[in-house]
Order: sequence, then C-alpha cells, then structure tokens
Amino acid sequence: MQAKRTTFPNKFLPYWLLVPQLAVTLIFFIWPAVQALKSSFEREDPFGFKTTFVWFENYRRLLIDPMYVGSLGKTAVFAFSVTALSMSLSLILAVAVNRVLRSNRAYTTLLVWPYAVAPVVVGILWWFMFNPTIGIAPYLLRGMGIDWNHRVDGNQAMIFVVMAASWKQISYNFLFFVAGLQSVPQSQIEAAAIDGAGPFKRFWTIVFPLLAPTTFFLLIVNINYAMFDTFGIIDATTQGGPAQATNILVYKVYTDGFLGLNIGSSSAQSVILMIIVIALTAIQFRYVERRIQY
Amino acid sequence: MIENRPVLAFLTHLVLIVGVVIVVFPVYLAFVASTHGSGDFMRGLVPLLPGPHLIENYSFMLNEGISSAGAPPLWIMLLNSLVMAISIAVGKIIISILSAYAIVFFRFPFRMVAFWIIFITLMLPVEVRIIPTFKVVADLGMLNSYPGLIIPLIASATATFLFRQFFLTVPDELMEAARVDGAGAMKFFRDILLPLSRTNIAALFVILFIYGWVQYLWPLLVTTDSRYYTIVMGIKRLAATADSEPQWNFVMAAVMLAMLPPVLVVIFMQRLFVKGLVETEK
Repeated sequence: MQAKRTTFPNKFLPYWLLVPQLAVTLIFFIWPAVQALKSSFEREDPFGFKTTFVWFENYRRLLIDPMYVGSLGKTAVFAFSVTALSMSLSLILAVAVNRVLRSNRAYTTLLVWPYAVAPVVVGILWWFMFNPTIGIAPYLLRGMGIDWNHRVDGNQAMIFVVMAASWKQISYNFLFFVAGLQSVPQSQIEAAAIDGAGPFKRFWTIVFPLLAPTTFFLLIVNINYAMFDTFGIIDATTQGGPAQATNILVYKVYTDGFLGLNIGSSSAQSVILMIIVIALTAIQFRYVERRIQY
Repeated sequence: MIENRPVLAFLTHLVLIVGVVIVVFPVYLAFVASTHGSGDFMRGLVPLLPGPHLIENYSFMLNEGISSAGAPPLWIMLLNSLVMAISIAVGKIIISILSAYAIVFFRFPFRMVAFWIIFITLMLPVEVRIIPTFKVVADLGMLNSYPGLIIPLIASATATFLFRQFFLTVPDELMEAARVDGAGAMKFFRDILLPLSRTNIAALFVILFIYGWVQYLWPLLVTTDSRYYTIVMGIKRLAATADSEPQWNFVMAAVMLAMLPPVLVVIFMQRLFVKGLVETEK
C-alpha cells in the first residue's frame, strides 16, 4: 500500500495517532462481530444459565425455516425492485437536467434534498399519504377502482414499501448520474449528431454505455441501501407485516433478537448478513477502483 | 445543445416538473397537515391546502410535546439530535484525519494491519450486529447517555479513506521543505496539512452531520430515558399513537421539524454536500 516517499522518523507517534480509531473499531465493531459469530454456534437454555456448543445447528434450523427462507425471498424482491425503480427514475431525471441549460441548478436543488430525510421520517410521510382511513392515495385509488389496504394485502404492502424506499434514494442516484453524464465527452456526442444520430440514438449508443461504470457502482450501492438502510422505513410503515409480507432480513434480525430474544438464531442471521455485506463490499472495491476510465 | 427541438425541450421540462412533484408531494402533504387543527382530520380525508394553525401547532410541539405519547417537548429532542449529529461529525473527522495521517506519513510495523482493521468497519454496519453491540454498550454502562449515543458510531472507514486519498495528492516537496525548516511531525500536521484539508473537512462535515442526524436504530436501542431521545426516534413514538387519537397535525409538525435542519444544510451547502457525497463514495 502507498505511503509517502519520505516519512517522518517518529517511532511511537503513529500508534498514538491510530489509538482512538482502533479503540472504537475494536470495542464496538470487531468484538461484537466476534461475539455474534461465537453465539451463532451456541444455544442458550431458556434461563440463560448454560450455553452449549451446537456447531451449525442454528444455521441449519434457519435455512429450513420457511419464515426465514420467505424473508430471504422478500428481501431479494424488495432490493431488486427498489434498485430498479429508483435508478431508472433517477436516470431519466438526470438526463433531463443535463439537457436543461439555464434552470438546472434550480431543478437540482429541488431534487436532491430527500437525501437528508431520515428513513424513518420517509416511512412516516408515506404512511400518512397511504393511510387507509384518511390518506389521500387510497382515496384516489378508490376512485380508480382499486381497493387499497396495505394492512391486509401483502402485495400492496410490498409495493408500498418499495415506493417509499425508492423515493428516498432518487436524490442520491440522481447526483451520481448527473456527475457521470457530465464526464461524457461532448465531442463524441457532437460527432454522432453530425453523422445524423437523433437524441435517443445518441443516448443509447454513446451516453448509456459510457455511463456503465456509474450504473454498476450505483447498482451495488442501491442493493446495499435496500438491504440495510431501510430498517427505519419498514419500522415506520408496515413493521414487517401483514403476515411477514415485508419482513426483510435486517428487520427480522431486530425482531427475532431484540424483541423475541432468540439470541442463537439472531446471531446466525447477523452472521449471514455480514457475509452479504462483505460480498457486496468486495465487489464494490474490486470494480470501483476501475471506475470511469474513458 | 446540439439541435433545437422544441418538442423535446418541452418534454424535458415536463419530466423534471413531474419529478419534482413526486419528490415534493409527500412533504407538502405533511406540511399542510401540520397547519390544521385536530378536528380537521375527522372528515375522513386529509386537507390539501394549508390551514391557519401553523404557529400554534409548532409552538405547542416545541414547548410542551405530547406527554401521553411519551414524547418530551420537541426542543429537548432537537437539542439531543443536534448534539449527537455534531459530535458524531466532529468525532469522525478528528479520529479519521489522525489515523489517515499516521497511515500515509509514517512507516511502522503493523501499518497494513491497522489499515485493514479500519477497512473492516465498512463491512459491519450497526444493523447486522445489533445485539452484541448493544451488550457491549450496556456492559460499559453507557446506556442513556450521550457517549453511548455517539462513541459507538464514530469509527469511520470512509472518512479515513477520503483523507488518505487527499494526503497522497499533497506534494512530497511540501513535507521535505517543512522538515528542512525544522518542523516536527505534529507541527507539519497542524500548520500545513490541516489548512490544506479545509474544504475536505467542510464537505465531510456536511455528509457526516446528516449521517448523525438520521440515525434511528441506534438511539432506539440505547435510550429508554426520554431525556436522551433524539427527534428522529421520538417522532416514531408519536406516530405510533397518532392512529388511536387523531393528532395528525401535531405529529406532522414534529415530522417537519425533524426534517428541517438536515434539509436546510443540504440546500444551503449544496456545493459542499455534492463534493462530500461524491468523494466519500469513491
């Protein structure tokens, strides 16, 4: 790994500089992770007197538990839908802003602020809008002949949380797409225009391929977001219901472990989540280093 | 623009306006709800135009709160959020800039080990290690305290990487010149490196302030005493009771207040915000 050509000769100073960061990391990150790993192999008796080492029993039980497997499936559907919906909306908006000359700053400002809204607040906003008794959205949908009640209908609940989670992520994707679009060389677009390519052809044959690194990066970030940062949205809207329809993995870890106090199973779930994060981070770092090389 | 196509220009603006409406509408609805009296929600549909109770609702929530819902006056929660967000941002910046300095400007045994330990924090968000982390904090007696809210969140790999990246671009000659002039390691850091990092620090502060403000799960776990509630977790408790007794106007006033500070930061420091966001994620 890189360091400076010349460095300071101090022997102990660098350790002192690193102490605060390493202390926090070891105490609040690595030690708990090791604990989770350890208790994922153990079972505690109901009174907490005795723990026995049970090898992969907790994992085996999880993977044959239809509730957990169902939750895995829901998480996949949720993450995929949020990523697709939010990225496509953002791309359309970014392309539009990139075409506008005078008012693009105003539009950008109006589009980016949801980044600063807490996920749980996003949840409350959407919960209010879709409230089956007084919400405006169910009222309008009823006018169109759709009976909306996400407290009863699992599919509607899933659509509902997907919309809320995508709404929050639009601003983030938008900013990165705008940055990506600005790095597309104008000369290539002009050359294509001279050759007679219209705006749509230019987009699909030149701009979109050149955006591939940004798109790939955002793909990973969005999956990560949908899987881990949406806890607040789920908690404020459906709380995993109705009948587990929106119980994504990160919410299930919390309910099983913190409310259900099933430590062994919850730890095993934590470890599985860690493996997912590690895989996503590895992919991100493997490919992001080579981002935007055109 | 390469060619002039009025239809396409019109479409472009139409797309953007629809986009802005989608983004703004949920918040507009909340704002409207926060300006009405409690009785206005009895008719069965949310009003769509602002009502006359704006100041009344907000000052009620700020000064009194709804104690039956376990919510203290909002100004306490806003203050807690402010303390938490600023401390997290400042704490993360301080410990990250120090460790990046150590990693870039010194050669010492276990340098790679230190780097990897910091890197691992990227892979362990709070959400995946909830219970053991809670247990550590409980064992250290940090439940219901500011340190408990703040310290477990201040390790930061992304900030460390950002500073490392920036330090690597600082010309070697600068440091050599400083050493020739007899400056020690800390003097070089204080008088040369810190002033050079000013914009990076500011951009990072904006991002980290937002990060600290929007924390939800962590305050939810470590605070049971309403004196330490942050606004973001406090409004969830408010909202949970709103369905049984219709106090939508008060809940939405709280929602608006919880949103306002970080949103204002984004709007007024947009340049720094964009810089911070794009650079921390690289």
